Amino acid sequence: METVVKQQVDIATRRNKIHPKKLALWVGLVSLTMMFTALTSAYIVRRAAGNWLEFSIPSIFYINTLVIVGSSLTLHAAFAAFKREAGGAYKAWLSITFLLGFAFVIMQYLGWEQLAAEGVPLTINPSGDFIYAISGLHAAHVLAGIAVLGVALAMAFIRPLRVTPARKLRLELTMTYWHFVDVLWIYLIVFLSLQR
Amino acid sequence: MASAVITAPATREDGLIQELGYEDHFHEHHHGDKYQSNFISHYIFSQDHKMIAKQFLITGMMWAIIGGLMSLVFRMQLGFPEESLAWLKPFLGKWISVNSDGVGSLTQDFYYALVTMHGTILVFFVLTAGLSGTFSNLLIPLMIGARDMASPLLNMMSYWFFFLSGMVMFASLFLSTGPFAGGWVAYPPLSALPQAMDGSGAGMTLWTISLVLFVFSVLLGGINYITTVLNLRTKGMSMWRLPLPIWAFFVTAILGLLSFPVLTSAFFLMMLDRGIGTSFYLSDIYIGGQALDHVGGSPILYQHLFWFLGHPEVYIIILPAMGIVSEVLSVNARKPIFGYKAMVFSILAIGFLSFIVWAHHMFMSGVNPFISNFFVIFTLIIAVPSAVKVFNWIATLYGGNVRFNPASLFGIGFVSMFISGGLTGIWLGNSTLDIQLHDTYFVVAHFHIVMGVAAFFGMYAGVYHWFPKMYGRFMNETLGKFHFWGTLIGAYCVFWPMHYIGMAGVPRRYYRFDTFQSFSHFDSLNKFITIAAVITFGFQLLFVINFFYSIWKGRKLTTPNPYNANTLEWTTPVEVGHGNWPGKLPAVQRWAYDYGKDGREFISQVEPIGPDESPEH
Repeated sequence: METVVKQQVDIATRRNKIHPKKLALWVGLVSLTMMFTALTSAYIVRRAAGNWLEFSIPSIFYINTLVIVGSSLTLHAAFAAFKREAGGAYKAWLSITFLLGFAFVIMQYLGWEQLAAEGVPLTINPSGDFIYAISGLHAAHVLAGIAVLGVALAMAFIRPLRVTPARKLRLELTMTYWHFVDVLWIYLIVFLSLQR
Repeated sequence: MASAVITAPATREDGLIQELGYEDHFHEHHHGDKYQSNFISHYIFSQDHKMIAKQFLITGMMWAIIGGLMSLVFRMQLGFPEESLAWLKPFLGKWISVNSDGVGSLTQDFYYALVTMHGTILVFFVLTAGLSGTFSNLLIPLMIGARDMASPLLNMMSYWFFFLSGMVMFASLFLSTGPFAGGWVAYPPLSALPQAMDGSGAGMTLWTISLVLFVFSVLLGGINYITTVLNLRTKGMSMWRLPLPIWAFFVTAILGLLSFPVLTSAFFLMMLDRGIGTSFYLSDIYIGGQALDHVGGSPILYQHLFWFLGHPEVYIIILPAMGIVSEVLSVNARKPIFGYKAMVFSILAIGFLSFIVWAHHMFMSGVNPFISNFFVIFTLIIAVPSAVKVFNWIATLYGGNVRFNPASLFGIGFVSMFISGGLTGIWLGNSTLDIQLHDTYFVVAHFHIVMGVAAFFGMYAGVYHWFPKMYGRFMNETLGKFHFWGTLIGAYCVFWPMHYIGMAGVPRRYYRFDTFQSFSHFDSLNKFITIAAVITFGFQLLFVINFFYSIWKGRKLTTPNPYNANTLEWTTPVEVGHGNWPGKLPAVQRWAYDYGKDGREFISQVEPIGPDESPEH
């Protein structure tokens, strides 16, 4: 009798195919995407209007793309280690991800310095300003991701590793967001390279 | 474990819920009945959707009073420029300048500041937060059969971001240079150059901060509404069984989520222009004969980004009102809503079209006329789903056994306003007519009727209708009817004449008309509008008094379902506690609009379809 009741409850709750928090995050990401779509659309509109300085994207930005893609892969490795309860590997991969995230932000800054050194400092022409604005806003979102990763990292070192639904969910949410800023950067770098 | 005590069902619906409902073991959790029982967690930092709805409503009302009073002040200056406003000096201080004859008048700078603040406050704080914030919060969980929002914490933060945003805007009223004065649309260069005018400095900075906080509020709220509607519907509540308000709130939330981030982007670039001297929006500007460094920017770019939000924003305002009115009219006409699916599809169509018409706000600001054609066509197409909705409301009322209470009167008034304002929208959607009509009082009349007054009517319909659900008491019906007739007649007296002066070419946003030969003969019409505005505002105070009086002294609600309505919020007890339903969650068996079916006046959504029930609605 009890199992029948439990089955019925399960059937009733299975309507929630996706966890509400995950859905909420995805909806939020759609909204963030719109913010960057607005900026890249503004870029196209402004570029078509003329008085547009032509220059090439700093090479550091391309190298940095590898860094952030790499960090997504290491975060995945961390998640795999988490699922098989391999504490050492989990901490190691998570630390590497965290460091790669930091490296990305620092290298973006170096990229801006390179851009300025190549004769496109801030406020000289909207074409350069757009690069600073778009990559700057993206970097701010990466920093938010680093903060979340920092919490995950601290927890990984403080608490003994145990796979509970709540912790798995948190890690999955972190991963979704981190992959998002990664994919967002790929979109931005491809966009900026093609729209020259 | 209070719920484990089974008492005899008080109503037929209660019995059905106990028999067929869905047990989610909600009340067995530890928070139980002690949930948020102290004053601060119950009334201030509440996470209960019903309390948050009340917070949104009352904050919105406060802002409506402030924003409304502002419009009276500048209307008095506009209608009676020769009369003295010196009596306002104790309130407005240096913003009233008294000349040598002792005649006090509003300073020109502050006139613009008031117009700007009136627009910002009404559009964002009252008709977005006050309307969608209130009713999405109140009705989504109650109507879909959920215990609360998907994330009560984010929901609470949504209100407090709104509150903070309001406080920042309020603070800007007390700056020595005054609040921002460049119009609620904040076009550059007035917004992007701190030295452009008095309000462009600190006033604009606070304005921007306030609106960014507001965007956070809208996004947190919107994420919650969408997640809740998609994820937390009770058993049997399919999307096609959702009451129409929920469809409207759902699409509204999607519009907000897709359009408000674009506004943030626009502000982001503007802050860079203001703060570090980039030139996204600025080019070739001289101030005091001095050329500025800004080269290469385009103010049109801002307008594109702004109106990409701005146009969906008007539907963010009007869709909730439409949803509320659909429900109120159907319940009070004792008839199913006419064309339920057509209603849903029109909401979706309006939502979609709202994203591809934004440049109709910019026909006269240098947009390529060939591109304008595209926007004209889509703008006019919006008339189709809008007309579908209007015909459906009228068909719902037709032949109905209508109860004329304040809620249904405001619902009918909404339809009237929406038709009047919608028809002038078809004029304004034509780029050629805009050559004459743009930036005139015709535009002012159009948008005030169609999204200002109409949205207010929707809000009033909702407040009168669901007040018993919020406070367990009724609002006074006689006062409500006075309020309705005063507002209906008053609003038409204010805005109808504006069409004529607009067609004659009188421009909006001017400080005075008596000094222009071509406009000064509208003097008496202008005075009439001002007097009508003051009287209409007085009728709104009637509502405020009625509202607060009824919270404590109104006629008590004695039965859970006073209107004999079908939707789930009326299956909750008279005093709705945390978790909304004391025992099981209701299971939904049918759509929300079975009124007058098979000779029965109403059939609640929790009642199963009978074996001998006719299949059609």
